Amino acid sequence: MQIQPIVAALRRHRLATLLIAMEIALACAVLCNAFFLVAQRMEMIHTNSGIDERSLAVLSVNGFEPSQAADVNARMLAGLQAIPGVQSATLINQVPFGPQRAAAGVTHDPGGYKKLIGVVDFVLGGPGTFKALGLKLVEGRLPQADDYQPAVSFVPNDAQVLVTRALAEHAWPGESPLGKDFWCDKFHFRVIGVVDHFARAQPHQYDMAQAEWTVFTPTAPGGSLSGTYLLRARPQDVQRVLRDAKAAVAKIAPDVVLDQEDSKTLGDLRTDYFETDRIMIGLLLGVVVLMLGVTALGIVGLTSFWVGQRRRTIGVRRALGATRGDILRYFQTENLLIVTIGITLGMLLAYLLNAVLMKFYELPHLPLYYLPIGALALWGLGQLAVLGPALRASHVPPVVATRSV
Amino acid sequence: MIAYYVDLALRSLRRSPVLTGLMVLAIGLGIGASMTMITVLHVMTDDPLPGRSAHLYTPHLDPLPRDYHRGENSPDPSDNLTWPDAMGLLKAKRAVRQAAMAGGTLLARPAQDGLQPFYVGGRYATADIFALFGLRFEYGGGWSSADDAAGAHVVVLADMLARKLFGRADVVGRTAHLGELDYRVIGVVADWSPAPQFYADNTGTQYSDTDRFFLPLSVAIDKDLPVNGNQSGWGSDDKAGSGKRGAEMSWLQFWVELDTPAQVAAYRQYLVDYSVEQKALGRFERPPTDAKLYSLMGWLAHENLVPDDVQLQLWLALGFLFVCMLNIVALLLAKFLRRGGEISVRRALGARRRDIFAQLAIESALIGIAGGALGLAIAQLGLWSVRHRPDDYARLAQMDPTMLAGTFVLAVLASVLASLLPAWRACRIAPALQLKAQ
Repeated sequence: MQIQPIVAALRRHRLATLLIAMEIALACAVLCNAFFLVAQRMEMIHTNSGIDERSLAVLSVNGFEPSQAADVNARMLAGLQAIPGVQSATLINQVPFGPQRAAAGVTHDPGGYKKLIGVVDFVLGGPGTFKALGLKLVEGRLPQADDYQPAVSFVPNDAQVLVTRALAEHAWPGESPLGKDFWCDKFHFRVIGVVDHFARAQPHQYDMAQAEWTVFTPTAPGGSLSGTYLLRARPQDVQRVLRDAKAAVAKIAPDVVLDQEDSKTLGDLRTDYFETDRIMIGLLLGVVVLMLGVTALGIVGLTSFWVGQRRRTIGVRRALGATRGDILRYFQTENLLIVTIGITLGMLLAYLLNAVLMKFYELPHLPLYYLPIGALALWGLGQLAVLGPALRASHVPPVVATRSV
Repeated sequence: MIAYYVDLALRSLRRSPVLTGLMVLAIGLGIGASMTMITVLHVMTDDPLPGRSAHLYTPHLDPLPRDYHRGENSPDPSDNLTWPDAMGLLKAKRAVRQAAMAGGTLLARPAQDGLQPFYVGGRYATADIFALFGLRFEYGGGWSSADDAAGAHVVVLADMLARKLFGRADVVGRTAHLGELDYRVIGVVADWSPAPQFYADNTGTQYSDTDRFFLPLSVAIDKDLPVNGNQSGWGSDDKAGSGKRGAEMSWLQFWVELDTPAQVAAYRQYLVDYSVEQKALGRFERPPTDAKLYSLMGWLAHENLVPDDVQLQLWLALGFLFVCMLNIVALLLAKFLRRGGEISVRRALGARRRDIFAQLAIESALIGIAGGALGLAIAQLGLWSVRHRPDDYARLAQMDPTMLAGTFVLAVLASVLASLLPAWRACRIAPALQLKAQ
């Protein structure tokens, strides 16, 4: 196949060629960046909460005075445990994908803000909560009975805590976190153990790297640890158990108010939490498909027009001995050339677009391997789009050459 | 002449229905996607209080210590006022009307039996708020400055809450039980929900929140009622400056009415003077020129309530429209140049270049109108899907007449713009050469 005649022909249609190439360039830039955004959101959706989501549900009540907290807790825990199918009912202040209840900046030094570690989530848990969550201990020890200290308004004054591996590696890189101290103003914490994974309540609002800066704080029931209960049941029972538990609240504690919105299974909380991301993914994919579709239609339209215009020329070539394959390959090669010009431009554009996105949104660099994938997709698309008109061209009979207009 | 061109255009479009269909489809898809997002942006940045917004301003002071450093994810404490500053501005009465306010959520216990207690959002405010924002009373009225000073336990309910609590709207004189306290109902206002809730603290969900009750601010502070939104303190816990009455915690919003440019300038000067005075007293550390007076729309622009995702979606949609337009340019180019013969005959018969240009532009405008109609249908579908999103702005996503007309204007504009280059090329065909070649 000789390229020279194709280039010569394209030179006569410079404008149309350039337009299609530009369209492909834009499609390439959007395609690469959209796929990158989709991959980012996908990673977010699959945030590892570190807990046994399928077996857990959370139930929240409010509308009672702090002085009633101990009484409400006692009645609720007893009442919830009595529901058939409940493996355990324990106290917790917040769960991943639910409302954030306790977060604060912590430091290496007491009272100061000079040696900041970062903003962490404090998950307060009563006896049994750690086990119910299904957290995986990788280092240190589990909380013992006397680790559960009362918390009046925020967290216990002096707590023995478990941190996530992500937080430990950030705060004490290269060191064993066990026995290390940290502070939040005058509140003191000592690390007794490390868990594998444990997500914050709202991981989305922080950088991906900070999504698991969580501190499990053993706390005695009452004070700031009241009103929110963690239910554990077999995965197939969770929905029913939660429904029964919600219905039972009116009997167990008639004077409190059930928080319908925040009382959900962990599975539902996760689904709701990432709803906007799923919509965004759908939207991005939708736009990519439409854009590729429109680009393909443009190629079909333009090639069809060129085939119509060159019927006579094709006839002459056929009469002079060109095979159908030759004609077919001519249009395929022509398309390959145009798409290649487009892709070359498109890669530059993709990087430019990525730079703009990085400036306005918190996004990392576009990984290089997205570019060849985008290029392959567009080459494929071009060849598919050109196939119809090219086949039609190859069926132009040689006899056309002998006819006048 | 135009009728003739329209007739010519229709014939030409009918001659190649597939190509015409492709172009209408491309314009329709691009316009539909763009108009969906433009409409969402339009309703999110629209004037929440048409008619009154031009008179409303919000003053902002900067009481933060010189070395205060804000975390990257935390809100700006100087977005709100401290209690002493709000009371200072209130007592100075330098504006036509002024009110300090803060949001709160209280547990409401219905007077009717058998109804569950529920949480309801409302506002703690000073007496002027009703006249300032132009709320309409259905029954009774607001409270007076004297009630503010006395901390009277009175409440103004929104129609919807009155009906929910008592089963009817005419409830002036009855007692409402909110939180742990009883209040005498002195007025009922028509439901009022400006979107966004411009006067609320900006950490809330401002597109879906609505105030259902109004209480005197003095009651909220006397009884230490729960306050919504950002309450930033910058003093240490041990000093007397902390707490809601303290000078080192900001939690109040403040709005004033100013009717003339002279009043606006005077108030701006007053804010600077006030800051100078506070600095002399040793309370403020930052330059007095940090004090700002925002108009309502200026404040919304400053807050930038449009989420990143919506902006990204808008750019995505506009990018898509651009690709669609490029596509149409290429298709029109092919279509127009194919008609070289016809154009040459018309030129040879005396049509000027500009006549040919007008004819081709009208042909594209027709494609634009058809594409606009298709785009409108697609945009309605898009807005329907936006309304089913979980975001708080979702319910607002509706087209108004401006957007409806805008859809067609944008569609015709896009298609005529796309036809400029092809039409220009077609005009430049040399008739003699073309006719000779045939």
